[in-house]
Amino acid sequence: MNINTLEAEGYTIIGLEGDVDLSCSPDARKSILDVLQTNKNLLIDLGKVSYIDSSGIASLVEGYQTAKKQSLEFGLVGVSDAAMSVLKLARLDKVFPIHDSVEEYEKKDV
Amino acid sequence: MSVETLFEIRFQAKPERLCEIRALVKRTAEVVGCCSELTDKLVIAVNEACTNVIQHAYQGDELGEIVLEMLNNDGKLHFRLVDYANPIDLDSVKPRDLDGLRPGGLGTHFINEIMDECNMGHLEEGNGNYLEMIKKIS
Repeated sequence: MNINTLEAEGYTIIGLEGDVDLSCSPDARKSILDVLQTNKNLLIDLGKVSYIDSSGIASLVEGYQTAKKQSLEFGLVGVSDAAMSVLKLARLDKVFPIHDSVEEYEKKDV
Repeated sequence: MSVETLFEIRFQAKPERLCEIRALVKRTAEVVGCCSELTDKLVIAVNEACTNVIQHAYQGDELGEIVLEMLNNDGKLHFRLVDYANPIDLDSVKPRDLDGLRPGGLGTHFINEIMDECNMGHLEEGNGNYLEMIKKIS
């Protein structure tokens, strides 16, 4: 799994790439919580995720809950089919704010 | 009625081995004619079962050994997972309530959603646990 972090105006994007499983989900979790600790809104780009397991989903849930507690925005963007099928299996596809793209996220407040 | 062993693999309880296990299950499911949707689901269920053993049975002890067997029993796929960790509390292995949003505990829910039948227990000969998951494919 690769993790790419990109700073944007008013938010940070963490891009996860490849398989997100128990071997690397602790790294994803740390990256997510590190950004939230800096009080920044956070988008997780799941467009290049080829597989995500329950430990990866747990990292997203923890990020979402942490952001909520801090009144920060937390959303998923460009969710791949593989990641979406697992989110649906976990019945979380209606829980997370999901955006088709970063552009769509930016337009939502306009 | 015929039972065909599709594969048996022994591996150490290391998260780094999960990728290889997923690839093996995927290839084998495709060979026996599973569609891509079912193949993906079988991969998810077996990955979660292995993850549960690594995290909860062996509790991170990477020297632990896992045996995974996949059989085709007359149109039903059987996945038998064996570990040699201390016997787990079988009552504690339940799918969690999805209404409460919290991290963790999803693996058993995934397995139960995907498989037709799941049986788990302790090995008769002493330390260890087994999980058998069955999915009808024809």
